[in-house]
Amino acid sequence: MKYVKSYVPYHSPFDPCPPIGKKYYRTPPHLYMTFQPYNLPQFSPQEALKKGTLWPALYDYYENPYDRRS
Amino acid sequence: MWIYEKKLQYPVKVSTCNPRLAKFLVEQYGGADGELAAALRYLNQRYTIPDKVIGLLTDIGTEEFAHLEMIATMIYKLTKDATPQQMRDAGLDAHYANHDSALFYHNADGVPFTAAYIQAKGDPIADLYEDIAAEEKARATYQWLIDMSDDPDLNDGLRFLREREIIHSLRFREAVEILKQERDQKVFF
Amino acid sequence: METNLPAEYYQLLEELQAVDFVLVELTLYLDTHPNDTASIQQFNHYAQERKKLKKAIESKYGPMQQYGNSYSGTPWDWNKAPWPWQV
Ligand SMILES: [Fe+2]
Repeated sequence: MKYVKSYVPYHSPFDPCPPIGKKYYRTPPHLYMTFQPYNLPQFSPQEALKKGTLWPALYDYYENPYDRRS
Repeated sequence: MWIYEKKLQYPVKVSTCNPRLAKFLVEQYGGADGELAAALRYLNQRYTIPDKVIGLLTDIGTEEFAHLEMIATMIYKLTKDATPQQMRDAGLDAHYANHDSALFYHNADGVPFTAAYIQAKGDPIADLYEDIAAEEKARATYQWLIDMSDDPDLNDGLRFLREREIIHSLRFREAVEILKQERDQKVFF
Repeated sequence: METNLPAEYYQLLEELQAVDFVLVELTLYLDTHPNDTASIQQFNHYAQERKKLKKAIESKYGPMQQYGNSYSGTPWDWNKAPWPWQV
């Protein structure tokens, strides 16, 4: 996914937790749009409400990127 | 003036009686990057900013109050009917001792809300950059909340709120572009 | 107070929430794009839609706004539960 970025933090043999692997961060779509252009395609009103925006170009679904471990 | 409307901006649902989730959700109620701080920050900046962006600050500030009501609803539903025992087991013992299940403007650590969270420099660019940063910090907070919550209905509402921060951030960026323009010159797309 | 609202209430409410959401999005958008006439037209269209929906909800479930932005029944029905966070 284009808006998900990651890096691998340095892991020392003296770090007590097992390495988390990749550490994730987001660069959502608005960062690539200085000024929203006219006439972008739109969601229907019902869908827009569900998604939290009227414009698919600005929609960024978020999910926990990490494994569950307890 | 403001008019209250008897409806939530988005239908808030929670799946389980889980006061533990309320304990960290309160970060967005009375925390530094929470919805109360956002609403007060934007509405307060309106008095010292060019006319061109006062409408935007008013409208985003007003929407933040709708988000505050959504967060309040989540906390209300997660703690409503919870017994003192359940509150204690959820780590809300200190909260219960002080407030019963009343909502209180504090962050997830229990630090009371303070006006120091709301910057107002009086410089339009400094203030708008502050707002952009605030939106990104709120977006990040929603991500960390979703990461920790396993309540699908709650996460649905939190995703809506996170997406709103993206839109708000874009609008504040556009406001900066508008202020950069020469007077009366149209923004070119 | 316990009232079991009919499924229709939630459905009507969500219709209004959807239309109002479009209006919020377009409001913020127009705040920074004041010359986008197509969006202004769309805005005015949905502003009319929301009037109809508000009327439909209020005729069955009571006023959504007060200070005179809605009519009142008799007796005064603004205080009637449920409130938004209760439903
Ligand atoms: Fe926001």
